[in-house]
This record gives sequence, structure tokens and C-alpha cells, in this order.
Amino acid sequence: MRLWLTLLVFVVACSEAPPTVTPHMEENPERLSAWGIVAVRGDELALGHDVVPYDLNTPLYTDAAHKLRNLWIPPGKSAQYQEGQALDFPHGTIISKTFYYPKDDAGTLLNTYDMSTDFAGEGLNLRAVRLIETRLLVHRETGWVALPYIWNKAQTDAVLERTGGAMALRLQKGDGQMQDFTYVVPNTNQCAGCHAPNATTKAIKPIGPATRHLNKPYTYAGGVENQLEHLARLGYLRGFDSAEAAPRNANWRDENETLDSRARAYLDINCGHCHNPVGAADTSALYLDRPEHTYPTGNTGLCKPPVAAGQGTGGYRFSIVPGKAEQSILVYRMASTNPAAMMPELGRSTADTDGVALITAWINAMEGGCE
Amino acid sequence: MNIVRLSIGFAALALIAAGCGEQSAKAPVSSESAAFQKKLQTQLLDAKPGDVITIPEGTFTFDRSLSLTVDGVTIRGAGHDKTILSFKGQIAGAEGLLVTASDFTIENLAIEDTKGDALKINEGKNIVIRAVRTEWTNGPDVNNGAYGIYPVQTQNVLIEDSIAIGASDAGIYVGQSKNIIMRRNRVEQNVAGLEVENSINADVYDNIATNNTGGILVFNLPNLEQRGYQTRVHDNQVFANNLKNFAHKGAIVASVPAGTGIIISANDEVEIFNNVIKDNKTSNIVISSYFSIGSMNKKGIKGSFDPYPEGIFIHDNIFEGGGNAPAPLELKALKLAMFGLKGRLPDILWDGYINEKLPADTKRLCVQNGAAQVINADGPGGYKKPNMKQAAYACTLPALPEVKL
Repeated sequence: MRLWLTLLVFVVACSEAPPTVTPHMEENPERLSAWGIVAVRGDELALGHDVVPYDLNTPLYTDAAHKLRNLWIPPGKSAQYQEGQALDFPHGTIISKTFYYPKDDAGTLLNTYDMSTDFAGEGLNLRAVRLIETRLLVHRETGWVALPYIWNKAQTDAVLERTGGAMALRLQKGDGQMQDFTYVVPNTNQCAGCHAPNATTKAIKPIGPATRHLNKPYTYAGGVENQLEHLARLGYLRGFDSAEAAPRNANWRDENETLDSRARAYLDINCGHCHNPVGAADTSALYLDRPEHTYPTGNTGLCKPPVAAGQGTGGYRFSIVPGKAEQSILVYRMASTNPAAMMPELGRSTADTDGVALITAWINAMEGGCE
Repeated sequence: MNIVRLSIGFAALALIAAGCGEQSAKAPVSSESAAFQKKLQTQLLDAKPGDVITIPEGTFTFDRSLSLTVDGVTIRGAGHDKTILSFKGQIAGAEGLLVTASDFTIENLAIEDTKGDALKINEGKNIVIRAVRTEWTNGPDVNNGAYGIYPVQTQNVLIEDSIAIGASDAGIYVGQSKNIIMRRNRVEQNVAGLEVENSINADVYDNIATNNTGGILVFNLPNLEQRGYQTRVHDNQVFANNLKNFAHKGAIVASVPAGTGIIISANDEVEIFNNVIKDNKTSNIVISSYFSIGSMNKKGIKGSFDPYPEGIFIHDNIFEGGGNAPAPLELKALKLAMFGLKGRLPDILWDGYINEKLPADTKRLCVQNGAAQVINADGPGGYKKPNMKQAAYACTLPALPEVKL
């Protein structure tokens, strides 16, 4: 299967051979191209040999950026299936996430969910998108390391910037309005700010490639297939039984799913990496991870007074006031773009208006009040 | 904040005009500052245990948070009035410097005008913060960051000779920690000067707390894993903390009345002695239950939470003035009714909520402080039947042990 896939990518990319992955398990190359995970081939960002694309049922919001997620596991190795957390990846695994925006013919970047023009085969069509950054998570013998690469102006390669970066961007929204903001690339410590879901061990881990996020169909070059089944068939995943038996988060935009499951899925991926019982935000006692978990009174946010929210209260008294989203701190902090008040603290400079609308609807559908 | 936004917008527009939609890595700080920011953050990333990172004299501006995750690092400036890290143009990050590491020392520098907290230390052991100044240079403002110096979930914490000015929540705030010494600090123009929250074994002494809304706070909040107890507050000067409360509504400290010297809320085993406490217009000392915070409810607060303060021992303090102009309306009315227009509330104000389930001889509040008196303000009865019976407080409690790090 891997061979077949490789051939297909080759045919699509046609002009040059696909990049060969070079796992750097000691040093951090200055240039992304040195890894061969993704590389520019003519008008395409092509995937390396045996590099598999994936996406998530419900993703993290990062200033409306589109993301190309990729996984590479060294030949002969595989990830162990796990239900609750990210798959247990072997040493040598490389996970990459390329942040980009679709653009129109004039080069204007677009704020849109439409991904239909993004792709060339399993890679990206560089005539239709602008690359911003590619983040790598590399599983070395000493643990996972996070490396942010920023794409150059010419869109030929990306350069390692361990201290992150900030760039002025302008997006055109669906209604034609222009949106100016500063896109912030995290430094490597800040990568750990999200990717160390246990704030005590501080071990960096992947977040997205967990069963509940991956359990969905994906359109591969060879056709549509469930991602977990695909990985299992490629030999990338062992210990996996069936997609039906595996947990699955809702797609937050799928209105056929229940409001509760959509909201919980959204909070899980956007908040749960810190807001969990051992996370950096356990200082707040507010836990928002894993939709299948139920937490006791005082930890769900329902009528919970803040601990150290500062300006983040927005003048409101409780995280979630049932039936009253407009009085709920949770919604206020999601809608804020003030660094002192906004949640998540990192990863966005703009508000996710659709996400705010979803959580607003979810809270407004609750009954009760707090008094 | 609006000004900052506007300037970011301009920067964005200028860049777009110049580059016809191309982007470049630009932020609203000068290129020199950007270079220094990158250099310092790189030093923090590359630090090894035992490293001392020195920052020279000068003012350095940053547009994003700094962070350190390596254990055993010292950050040292040339003096809190000489080495200034300014975050006035900050565009991202909830704090100025975020440290998630142990065996950390920071000394002799200032962190100014951060959007959120100035210095946050989240989880870590053996933390020393010495001669650090955190300040919002525009003075008290609801839009100032919440906390100046903010270790949370830490153990063995020494905060000394430091200064915190202008925090919209607490100037120096130690939360959910164990074994803490806070000494010789000066806190002013904050909502809360010094605050100990859900912490065990804290020693707060030789500090000066003045011109805050509340000078020194010892609080317990619900739902957290760690309940706080055993705090000594002694040999501090706590005077004229009469600043109008400028916290965001909903923040716990928004409930602290302007004119509060020392306030204990829902915490246990607190010994307050040898302090000079004067001219705090609501009350020199307030002993409060969580009910008076105003957020009590059954749906969002764990049943295991103890909202009542117990084991509070007040002795040998020097009181002077204060209580003459309480901020809350109900206390104003109470003062007028009981002590007249020119009178003053007694030095110790207790909200009067008690846990009825405890034995009758439970020592809730003991006072051995000469002529100083306690008023039970009758919070449960809506402040209608306050009383001045002193007999209940004529008890003593064992001295708490000194905290040793």
C-alpha cells in the first residue's frame, strides 16, 4: 500500500521525485527542507515518502489558518493504539503541522473554511495557498521536541525560529471585510505550553493524533477511508480493533451532531490541553477536556466562581451561567482578543466567532441559573 | 489597549501597503528591541541548570511573553530601578515572564506594564524572588494586569525586598503553594497588596502595605485541590489602604472593601501579631467567611469546601485610627447607627458567619490585643443586629511555627 501511495504521489507531483524523509534525531536543521517531511516541488508542497496526511474531527482554532497535518513513522515501526490519549508513537516519529491560508488570484489571503482549492494530491497547491509556518514534533530518545519553522517570502523553504515570530497579516472574510491582525508563531517553550498536557511532568506530547480526534474519514489520494483504519492498514497503527468501537469526538460544525457533543468537542481540543486535572490550568479547577469525562461539581465550570482570572472575568461572576451565555466568563474569554483576558492564552490574535456562537448556543440551551 | 490596537493596525496597514500583501516578521517594537527580545528568549531556551542570565542596565521593550522551562536558572538584573523589562507594546501572552521550572531565582530587575500578569511561576520548587519590581506605570487602572508577582502551585518560595505597584488584582500573590516567606516587600496602589491564597505555611513579615484597596489578604477559595492554613502575618506596616477598588467585577478581590488593612477569608489558623495597622478606613482587620464574597452557590461550589474561618489569633498589634469611613453601604449604616457620625468601627470586624456543626468551644477568633475590640457585624442577619460582646474572643491559640526554607 505504501508503495502504491508513493507512486500516486509521484504521478501527481510528476516533475520531481517526492522528498525523502531524513529523521534528524540529534540536531535541529536550520531549514525545514532538510527533513523531507514536506517540500516544495514546483507549484506544490509535496509530502515526503511514506508521509501520511490526517485531520481532526474538531480542530484547534488558530486565527482561521488552514492546517496540513502529517505523520511519519520510521520504517518497520508503528504506533500503539490508545483510547484516552494520543496514540503511543515510537521513537523516530515526526509529526508536522503546516499553517497556511488560501488566497485568491490577487494574492489576498482568505478567512474561509472552504478547503476545496487547497490541495494538489495529498500536498498543497501553492498557487492557491500561502504557507506561514510548519511546526514539527519529533520523538527523540529523550522525548518529544517541538520546532517551529517559518516559511520565507519566496515560499521555497521554511527557517527554524525557536523564539517564534510575529507577522502582520490581513485576511479577507466571507463578507468582503478585511481583517488585520498580528499572527504570532510560538517559541519552543510556548509549544510546550499546550503540548505538555501534564504541567508537573512537563513532558511534551502530541495532542491532535488521539483516537477521538482521528476517528473520521479522510480523502486520500486513493480514495476515502477512516483515518484509523488507514493507519492500521499501512502498518502505522497496531492494537486497533475497529473505528466503530473507538471513541469519536463530534465535528463541531456538523449540525447533525448534538449541540452538547459539538460544544464538548470544541472545548476539548481548544481548552483541554491546559484545562485538565493535571494541566497548566488546573490552578483554576476548571476542566474542559475529554467529552466522555464527567467532572464533579466545582470543576465543570457550571456556576463556578473564578480563582485568579483577573481581567478575564469580564465583570461576570461564574464560568458558565446556565441559560445566560452573555454572563458567562467562558464566553467572554473566548470572544476577547486582549492578551490579559483571552482564552486560550496562546495561538490566536483573533476571536473564533463561530466557536463563540457554538458555545453561546450551548450555554443558552442549559436550564437553571446560578442563584 | 485601544492605542496599542490602533498602532498594531497601523503597522499592519503600513506593511501591507509596502509589501502588496506580502508579510514580513514585524512587530511594534524597534529592531534593537526585537533583537534583544530574541537574544534573551534564546538565552532562556538554551539555559542549562546552574546558568546565570544577566541583563544589563537599561530599558528593554518586549512585544511577547518571555518564558523559561529549565530548572536551576538565575535571572539577574542590575537593580530594580536600573534593569527594566517593559511590555508596554505587548501583543501576545498572558504574562511578561512565565516560569515553569524549579530552583529558580530572579533578582534586581523590574517588569513593567504587562498586559496580563508580570511574573508568573506555575509549578516549581525552591523559588527566590528578590528585589524585583513589578509595576503598571500608569497607576491604578482596571485594565492593568492582574498580578505582579504570582507563584502558583509552588513549594519553598522566598519573596523579599520586592515592590509591586498598580496590579488590578494582587501585587504579590502566592496561590496553592507550600512553605512561603514574604518579607521586606513594599506593595502599593494595588487592589490587594499581598495575598496568600489556598496556601500552607506562609510567613508574611516586615512588609509595607499602603495605599492599596486591601493591604494583606489571606484567602481560601473553593474547588481547588489544596485548602490553605497556617499563615503568620507579623511585624508588617499596614496603613492607609484606602484606594478605591478598581478590580474587574467578578474577580474575587472585587469584593474587598476599600479601606481594609488585613482581611482573612475562609482561611484557618492565621496568626496576626506585632503589626502596626492604622488608618484603614473600613476596618483595620476584617475576618470574613466565603459567604461575604458573594459567590456562594450549590451548583458550582464543592460541598467539601469550608467557607468559615477558624483558628484566627490576633495579638500584640498596634492599632491607630481607621474604621472611620467604611466603604460598603451596609457597614456605613452600621457605623452610623452604633458609633455615630464621628465614631469609628472597632479595629476588628467579623462578618459573623459560623459553622453551627462545630462544637461550642471551637476557637474561631481569639484576640489578645489590649483595648482593641471586635464587632460581630451580623452578616447572616443582613447586618441588622451587630454586637460588641467581647467574651467569645478572650481566648488564646498556640503560636504557629516560623517558616523555614
